[in-house]
Amino acid sequence: MNVSSHPNLGHGPTEPPPTFTPSPAEGRWSAAQIDASCRWPVLLLFASALAWLVLGSLLQFIIAIKLHAAGFLADSPWLTLGRLRPAAMDCFLYGFASQAGMGVLLWLFCRLGGIKLVLHWPLLVAGKVWNIGVTVGFLGILLGYSTGFEWLEMPRAAASLLFLAFALFGLVAVVLFTLRRQNELFPSQWFLLAGLFWFAWSYSGANFLTVVNPVRGSFQAVVNAWFTGSFLNLWLAPIAFAGVLYFVPRLTGQPLFSRELAIFAFWTQLGFGSFAGLSSLVESPVPRWIGSVGTAATVGLLLPLAINALNWHRTLHGNCQAWKTDIILRFVLFGAGCYLLQGILGAVYATPQVAAIIGFTYAGVGKTFLTLHGFVAMVLFGCLYYIVPRVAQVAWPRPGWIRVHWVCSVAGVGLVFLGLTIGGIVQGFKMTDPQVPFPSVVKGTIMFVGISTLGVLSVLVGQIAFLGNFALLLQRVLQPLYQMVLVECCGYAPDATPTVAKAGGKP
Amino acid sequence: MLRIRSGRDPYGRQSGRETMNNGPLLFLGILASLATSFWGLLIAPQVQIGQQQPAVIEATGEIYPAARSGLARQGAEIYRSLGCVECHSQQVRQTGVNFDLWLAEPGTNRAELSATLTRLGVASAEVARAIEQAPAKLRSGLTQVEAQTIASQITNGDAKAQVVLANLGPDIQRGWGRRVTVTQDYLGDYPVQLGNLRVGPDLANYGARSPGLPEILKHLYAPQMVVGNATKPSMMPPYRFLFTKRKLREGETPTLPVELGYEVTPKPEAEALAAYLMSLRADAPLKEAPVPNPPTKSAPAPAPAPGQPAPIPAPTSATPPPPTPTK
Repeated sequence: MNVSSHPNLGHGPTEPPPTFTPSPAEGRWSAAQIDASCRWPVLLLFASALAWLVLGSLLQFIIAIKLHAAGFLADSPWLTLGRLRPAAMDCFLYGFASQAGMGVLLWLFCRLGGIKLVLHWPLLVAGKVWNIGVTVGFLGILLGYSTGFEWLEMPRAAASLLFLAFALFGLVAVVLFTLRRQNELFPSQWFLLAGLFWFAWSYSGANFLTVVNPVRGSFQAVVNAWFTGSFLNLWLAPIAFAGVLYFVPRLTGQPLFSRELAIFAFWTQLGFGSFAGLSSLVESPVPRWIGSVGTAATVGLLLPLAINALNWHRTLHGNCQAWKTDIILRFVLFGAGCYLLQGILGAVYATPQVAAIIGFTYAGVGKTFLTLHGFVAMVLFGCLYYIVPRVAQVAWPRPGWIRVHWVCSVAGVGLVFLGLTIGGIVQGFKMTDPQVPFPSVVKGTIMFVGISTLGVLSVLVGQIAFLGNFALLLQRVLQPLYQMVLVECCGYAPDATPTVAKAGGKP
Repeated sequence: MLRIRSGRDPYGRQSGRETMNNGPLLFLGILASLATSFWGLLIAPQVQIGQQQPAVIEATGEIYPAARSGLARQGAEIYRSLGCVECHSQQVRQTGVNFDLWLAEPGTNRAELSATLTRLGVASAEVARAIEQAPAKLRSGLTQVEAQTIASQITNGDAKAQVVLANLGPDIQRGWGRRVTVTQDYLGDYPVQLGNLRVGPDLANYGARSPGLPEILKHLYAPQMVVGNATKPSMMPPYRFLFTKRKLREGETPTLPVELGYEVTPKPEAEALAAYLMSLRADAPLKEAPVPNPPTKSAPAPAPAPGQPAPIPAPTSATPPPPTPTK
């Protein structure tokens, strides 16, 4: 068993495992041709996504330290905890997860549609504008222009840029979807299509109702919760589902167990997803039914969860060998496992009895971390490890670093989740006991926050290994290009420096 | 293309093909899910609470919530900008209500009152204390009917018992508020900062328990000087960047004694933030969220004006309204 030289990492023959039957439509372009057509737009999205990911995790590490050392870096307003937390979160959500998701979406639409990527320039422009938007929003939050709404903190200018960029991207994606040469849609495509529309609608709708033309009073909190639920369950989760649904069959060489189950999971996810966000308003100063609807929908999300689990499990059936040898599959399946855990926890936390204890504690933070870093990010990492060497046509330069990334991520996610969940439960029981003075409640969480700090550090180390690996790969991609540009434009070739330089120097 | 194991009906046709392979139909389904969600979550609450207007407090005739002062509104912007909501919630939760029985007026015939109270199950030490210190709490944790039944039996001489509402819940026992917070409390706020993590205490009623401007400024500059002790220090970061400081001259005394040998002056931001914090109150008695109104010694609780309900929600039972003490 040698993980480092597995064909899926781009070493040796890659495509496709024997169990896949090439369809007539796919016959027109080979997988390699399709991958090559995706090269620049997808690599641009992934490169920026990874940079934002590492920046966000770095800030998370600073935040984790600040949560048990109040005086740490306290003298600059832009490094204050209240600005760093939303900034780090938005780095992850908009810089990394959405952006990497867009790259995965493009690649999957091309692969599953049997078409080459078209409209490169609009995509490059959309990618650029998106990154400018995230930068403006990130700096805006650090400078104090946050809107004050969870996950919508980016100021109006940044939000407008993000929306414009996404609209352009979405148009291209819809064009790609309609250009498909494959009559039958694979479940991944449904989820991606739904995510595409839901993000555009919920992001613009929520920004309109909270920032542009704000609704009154605590209704703002309802809109905010609706948005966070939609963003998570109908944009990030569908991207991750698309990844799992595509890569589990692809990497194990087994056909997907059931299309019917996938149909059921799709529509139930779509039905309950946006309502589930409201479970954060159980017991909050909004009409009671709103929190109850949220609780019911969060429990309802157990339906697609159970169906997905069944479908994925049966697809994997009797294929434990693949887990041992294929590190990409491990990333994807770890993400799938975190999805199951966070879904069950979500339903438990949304019940009023539990919410009365763990509301306002670190337990919620731990669950969000599990969802974002355990589920969404891990599935995306798996996708990236598979897609990048194919679109770049360069193998991963440091296969060993992938292993580092894997170990650090699993350890980190585990430490943060366990630390914050146990800490949050302890905090919750102390907080609901009025005999315990409040400073003691907070003091009691310090040890657990310390454990989570170690976890964040571990996650960060793993992500730096990923970024480093990606940078080396990108260098190899750009090297020939760079030399070509030098020769073509400057008449300068590093290999033949003396002669060319002389020739150029004496006209 | 990826193969799918099942998915064929008994006739060998790909089931679900028509719908799930049809792009426009798929789009319509997605659009329908959005429409349902939009209607259920955005339109329905808008109809219910979107048009809510400030209420008139019956006891005082004041408009609630009153608009904040200009300085406090600037402070709200500082609160938003610094992301205070990341650690402080602004919502008080309540687990339920029950009723306390108070002795409002011991009256003249104290011996007989003492006998009555003992007969009604009040401990004898409690009886003596209550009569001595009246108005004082006699019993707690009663239902409204129980409390009123007992109250109606305390009629010796001029003695008066009063049934008082008690809001329950850890937040209320911690002194973070006297009642649950409701939509009415947030009508004037933008952005509404409910918060979802309590690394610091809830601030919904900070204005009601505010220690005064100098203490708040001191708290912002050096939280560890105000809250906690050496082993359990406050976890709040200092906001020294909201202040300017210079060395004290010979013989000068600092106006804000927070750092030895320095004159520390709040910037306008700090003053605005403090004004906002002092303006945070959610304790107006509302119909949907009544506030306990125990009798007081010097002047008994302001009796509701004629024709207005007592500060206890109208009972559904046939029991008479709780008596209000009168001098």
